[in-house]
Amino acid sequence: MRWETVIGLEIHAQLSTRSKIFSGSATTYGAAPNTQASLVDLGYPGVLPVLNAEVVRMAIRFGLATGCSIAPRSVFARKNYFYPDLPKGYQISQYELPIVHGGSLDIDLPEGSRKRIGITRAHLEEDAGKSLHEDFHGMTGIDLNRAGTPLLEIVSEPDLRSPEEAVAYMRRIHQLVRWLGICDGNMQEGSFRCDANVSIRPHGETRLGTRTELKNLNSFRFIDRAIRHEVERQIELVEDGGQVVQETRLYDPERDVTRPMRSKEEANDYRYFPDPDLLPVIIEPATIEAIRAGLPELPTARRERFVHAYGLSDYDAGVLTASRELADYYEAAVAAVPAAAKLLANWTMGELTAALKRDAVEIADSRVDARALAGLVARIHDETISGKIAKEVFEAMWAGEGDADSVIEARGLKQITDTGALEAIVAEVVAAHPGQAAEYRAGKHKLMGFFVGQVMKRTQGKANPAQVNALIKAVLE
Amino acid sequence: MSLTNDQVRGIARLARLSLDEAEVAEVADKLASILGMVDQLQATDTAGVVPMAHPLDAAQQLRADEVIETDHREEYQRNAPLTEQGLYLVPRVVE
Repeated sequence: MRWETVIGLEIHAQLSTRSKIFSGSATTYGAAPNTQASLVDLGYPGVLPVLNAEVVRMAIRFGLATGCSIAPRSVFARKNYFYPDLPKGYQISQYELPIVHGGSLDIDLPEGSRKRIGITRAHLEEDAGKSLHEDFHGMTGIDLNRAGTPLLEIVSEPDLRSPEEAVAYMRRIHQLVRWLGICDGNMQEGSFRCDANVSIRPHGETRLGTRTELKNLNSFRFIDRAIRHEVERQIELVEDGGQVVQETRLYDPERDVTRPMRSKEEANDYRYFPDPDLLPVIIEPATIEAIRAGLPELPTARRERFVHAYGLSDYDAGVLTASRELADYYEAAVAAVPAAAKLLANWTMGELTAALKRDAVEIADSRVDARALAGLVARIHDETISGKIAKEVFEAMWAGEGDADSVIEARGLKQITDTGALEAIVAEVVAAHPGQAAEYRAGKHKLMGFFVGQVMKRTQGKANPAQVNALIKAVLE
Repeated sequence: MSLTNDQVRGIARLARLSLDEAEVAEVADKLASILGMVDQLQATDTAGVVPMAHPLDAAQQLRADEVIETDHREEYQRNAPLTEQGLYLVPRVVE
């Protein structure tokens, strides 16, 4: 039988606020344990949560960017379960009336088409603390610094049909939340993680199969592998006459398997009810419009504009708009060399990106800024230097030797454009290699490369290759 | 509406309450009378009424995103039976 995979994702994006969702504690990552846990975060009696205005603003930004409706009235609810890293015995979340619902996001499929993925809802909630199961004399250590950190849980429709689509969708959400400045997207630190609901059904079936939930997938690679394994497991199970049981499973990256999470099974009844400590959140249309007016140009629109305004391929435009910082860099640079937009794109995606990666530098701290890269590309474009020499100039700029013009001047890298001087060198090279010259004239034209190489050697690479080619041809043919 | 003893045991487990068999039967009766009242409420026609999320007719006030709390770990941890390296220690929970 042919099976169809059905996947829905629940993505948890940690909102980049200074303080927590319901308290004035800091959210700084990596602080000493429990130094950022206030009485509210610790669940002491008699304290009250007060909602952070910034998390509301950030949720609205996300909602508007994905074509969602913003609820004029949304309600916080208590999700009840017992776990030591949840001091109150409940997590404040949203249930029946989330702040954002009903939108979509388009993903690119490998064959070049686009697919629209529905976004069911996005709701605000607080994170739990962290349990450390290392050896504390057989006990568990609890760090509540993370308790109360604001999360936006983004729930997709079950529209994804393969691990590849799931990863593509997650990457688009990752790009978008960073683009909007609402989440730093740091997966190592747990700022961006996801649960996947996975089921299978026979091809052509329209009803959904029984799903399992894969928890806490915190890298793009793990999502892909965990879903792959879970689908294989379900198919094998059903083909052997078994039935999929609705349960929560954990992916174990070391053993590359998923296994059931027994302890939480019985806790599936969360008994949600409206949190009496918090009033409904009322959002006025004027607030929404003010936030809409402050939205940046979104990734898809910017990508399309890059194609039209700068004549780039859709692929190049996609790479350059992977992050807002990269897109800003490119646009700042292209303003200085509009005639060399494609060349500049190549340099941005090639040398610059490679150097940033090599030295683990963020683009905002690039040692060659947008204006400097534009200056270098301008010199390639006006043929002052060749592309090959430009790589040397770039490395010198990266090392802090100054802008392109001063490096070219200081190192004497200016391309020889004086035809007379080049003609003399070409004549010397041909005279020095009579054998090869004869072979060339006899039809062995691939020797052209040899002559060009010799000329380049004598000019330390400063000759214009196209010009050298033409001059050699003129002498030999 | 009545509850089975198994349902009562399930609810007790979720609430981390330990009931002996005599208590299970007693609690089942008490819960059934509460549910009877809920049934009465359910019978009311609420078509067109927005569910109430809070008894006060007011909107949530928001606070500015500012860090106003400082570290009081030492004080707070004096209330805990066991701490180590800044962590609260609890009976081992293993996934």
